[in-house]
Amino acid sequence: MAKTGNPVPDLRVLPDRFLPHRYAGASGDFNPIHVDPESARALGQPSNILHGLYMMTVMARAVAEVGDGDPRRLKRLAVEFKAPGFPEKELSVQGRVREVEDGVAQVEAKLVQDGGDVVEGKAEVSAKA
Amino acid sequence: MEKSWPAVDYEVGREKIREFVEAVQERHAIHIDPKAARKAGFRDLVAPPMFAVVYTHRSLWPAIEDPEVGIDLSKMLHVGQDFRWSAPVCAGDVITTETELADVQEGRKKATYTFESRAHNDRGDETVHATWTMMVLGG
Repeated sequence: MAKTGNPVPDLRVLPDRFLPHRYAGASGDFNPIHVDPESARALGQPSNILHGLYMMTVMARAVAEVGDGDPRRLKRLAVEFKAPGFPEKELSVQGRVREVEDGVAQVEAKLVQDGGDVVEGKAEVSAKA
Repeated sequence: MEKSWPAVDYEVGREKIREFVEAVQERHAIHIDPKAARKAGFRDLVAPPMFAVVYTHRSLWPAIEDPEVGIDLSKMLHVGQDFRWSAPVCAGDVITTETELADVQEGRKKATYTFESRAHNDRGDETVHATWTMMVLGG
């Protein structure tokens, strides 16, 4: 079981150019800001942006590793979307176990791209499935 | 303003789980191989936690797009998300989700809308309690 101060195991992913299109199909969210660079530019973004909920899946995978990667142990994940994320740039998760109480690890994590925090999150990972 | 919308059903399909798992590059075998899922004690292929987005989608969107709520989608930013998971979701489950608008905070330059979705499976067990926070910029 995780101990206080343990880091979240390193996770880095490189979302490819068409990841937002595959996530749109999988999730049902076809908002043009995610799939059409021109629409995104009209809204003031340099290009189409990643779905926030896709970025949250990356964080969910990383923090679940605190429970040995068993997805059943992830009981809660609450995030704030701080800045847009972009395809074709690496995302990495950094985090640590803040405390462990009654068999539940309280985890703090952030998702970083280009040196900036794009998502901040708090998770609860249980010792049992 | 507070408002709720009728419950919406979603039938979880194996291939939809696989499509989602492939898109988000989940690696755990219980999401990919029904035999591995059964060996781990599940009825069938297990949806990853974030699959909650897929089965609650149909319940959330009528709420966000309701003219009575009055959100301008072109000015909406998804600023926060909270998922509290309970029973696992497997292929073959029928998940029923209800969404309500729980809170609206209106400021001078922005408004913040909080939607709550609660979902349960066809055995009556809650699968997820989701809180969606949307900020709408402008007057």
